Amino acid sequence: MNLAIRDIRYNLGRFLLTGLGLGLLIAVVMSMAGIYRGLVIEATTIFNAAGADLWVVQKDTRGPFAESSRIPEDLYRTLAVIPGVQEAAPVSYQNVQVEHAGRPLRLYVVGHRPGGLGGHGPLAAGRAIGQKRYEAVADRSAGLGIGESLELGRNRYTVVGLTREMVSSGGDPALFVSLADAQELQFKKSNEAIRNDRERIEASLRGVTRLAPALAQRITATVEAITQSTHIANAVVIRLVPGADGRDVARRIEAWKHHTVLTAAEQEQILTRFVIEKARRQLGLFTAILLVISTVIVALIIYTLTIDKIREIATLKLIGAPGLVVVKLIMQQSLALGAIAFAVGALLIHSLYDRFPRRVVLLPADHLALMAIVAGICVLASLLGIRRALAVDPLQALGG
Amino acid sequence: MPAARFEGLTKVYGSGDTAVIGIQDATMVVERGELVAIIGPSGSGKSTLLTAIGLVTEPTSGRIEIDGEAVYDDRWIGPDRKRIRRRKIGFIFQHHNLIPFLTVAENVQVALDINGVHGRAAAAKVRDLLGYLQIDHRAASYPARISGGERQRVAIARALANDPLLILADEPTASLDTERGKSVMEHLRRLAREKGSAVIVVTHDERMIAGFDRVGRVQDGRLLVSPVEVAA
Repeated sequence: MNLAIRDIRYNLGRFLLTGLGLGLLIAVVMSMAGIYRGLVIEATTIFNAAGADLWVVQKDTRGPFAESSRIPEDLYRTLAVIPGVQEAAPVSYQNVQVEHAGRPLRLYVVGHRPGGLGGHGPLAAGRAIGQKRYEAVADRSAGLGIGESLELGRNRYTVVGLTREMVSSGGDPALFVSLADAQELQFKKSNEAIRNDRERIEASLRGVTRLAPALAQRITATVEAITQSTHIANAVVIRLVPGADGRDVARRIEAWKHHTVLTAAEQEQILTRFVIEKARRQLGLFTAILLVISTVIVALIIYTLTIDKIREIATLKLIGAPGLVVVKLIMQQSLALGAIAFAVGALLIHSLYDRFPRRVVLLPADHLALMAIVAGICVLASLLGIRRALAVDPLQALGG
Repeated sequence: MPAARFEGLTKVYGSGDTAVIGIQDATMVVERGELVAIIGPSGSGKSTLLTAIGLVTEPTSGRIEIDGEAVYDDRWIGPDRKRIRRRKIGFIFQHHNLIPFLTVAENVQVALDINGVHGRAAAAKVRDLLGYLQIDHRAASYPARISGGERQRVAIARALANDPLLILADEPTASLDTERGKSVMEHLRRLAREKGSAVIVVTHDERMIAGFDRVGRVQDGRLLVSPVEVAA
């Protein structure tokens, strides 16, 4: 006879209500775990969509996702002919905040050569960029529709396609534009800044005696061309020939071209271990604290339920019930409470997960792990009640 | 072989100047089918004696045998006391002590269950006992939904579940009115006669001991046993 189930059946309302309350707490634990997982997945979506085996970045930097990296755009041409390289393409990444439809909109602008490496994955709707300028592919989470236009910097862009779940590590929706558009957005100076620069160069050349005016004009034009150039990329992504040794290619590039080369695994590690490390640790710690709180709450509930049954436990012990009968009664109740709470939590999260501003991802393995954790919590939490129950003197069954 | 035998049973609470004697040098042999009442005023030691015989309270000295098996001889000896309580002793309490979240049938079944009797055998036994005590129509009810007298009959059924050799009843009529109390006592007398169990009933109500084979009177921890049947 399962005493735990019979007790639950008799006190069903109270038990369900307790399970519901605990379920809300478990739902928070699950959402934290889901956000944690979502954070890791979101951090790598753009990286994964790029489909690169190697990332060439500014020397001694950790790449465009971790810190500022600037390299010449045309570097990709020389990289493309290195043995073992199948394809190379420049890419740029930039966070922007614009006003759109009367509300602020944060975007993660990805500049790429349309049709080349470093772009988006399969589209959810619409088409890829077909023109060299002023077309964009936006992530659906940006809330933009196909055909909608958006002002970025000095220009307007038309959304021609939509991606699904392509966001930056900060959760900002991605906006894919051509590299030329992204370069203009990121590097092109304003007219005022260009005029100021020109005056500064001319002023410094005026101080140089014996400089022919024609030569001064030539120098000014050259310096301007260099400082105002937008032919800069944040990285060049490389796809290797099948079977090529990535480390060998990386060594060759680093030796000859004086740039840092990151393998896909290193780049992924930077994204998941360093870029989102603090957020990840914060969520992990918060989840751990919630689990401890859940344990304490379950322990208190089970302890209270045990105290309520002291006389029954004493009676069972007096009529000869082995300790195991009492242990099972308490532990099974604790596990049943955990099961109800887990079901409530899972139901809640599955009905609400798409309403979270950040992605909430719970894989089947996460569910199993959480289930095991909840079961572990329940077993642990029941120990206090079990200890109390085992200490009950059968004599307590006697008397008034 | 007697159902229970205890000799020189003494229980002292505390020690030194604060020592309180619960029972002192109590001796009795209880035969199978015998109905014995232990009476005495509150605090006289009758419940202590009952719990010592029931292997719940550890005496200070003396000897206890259940079904010819020595269980206590100045210390606990021999077999597992819980097992003896499960198989050979049935307890009936002042406040019935039914488990509120079990139905009447389940309250009886739980005693069988913890003794390893399950399934059809247990169900048949429960049916028989509830029928015997005329509460089979309440089998599916919870204790809170039945009367005090019915609850006590369920408690008796539970005590009888494992065909105990010895039934120990602690003030089984204390929470009942006179009519229901008499009915419960009649059931105890019946089961001593029909089932052959030795029944020891602790009570402070001398009106309830009519028809008992012997009466033990406890006073200041001393047990004085009357060898004669008490007149109705």
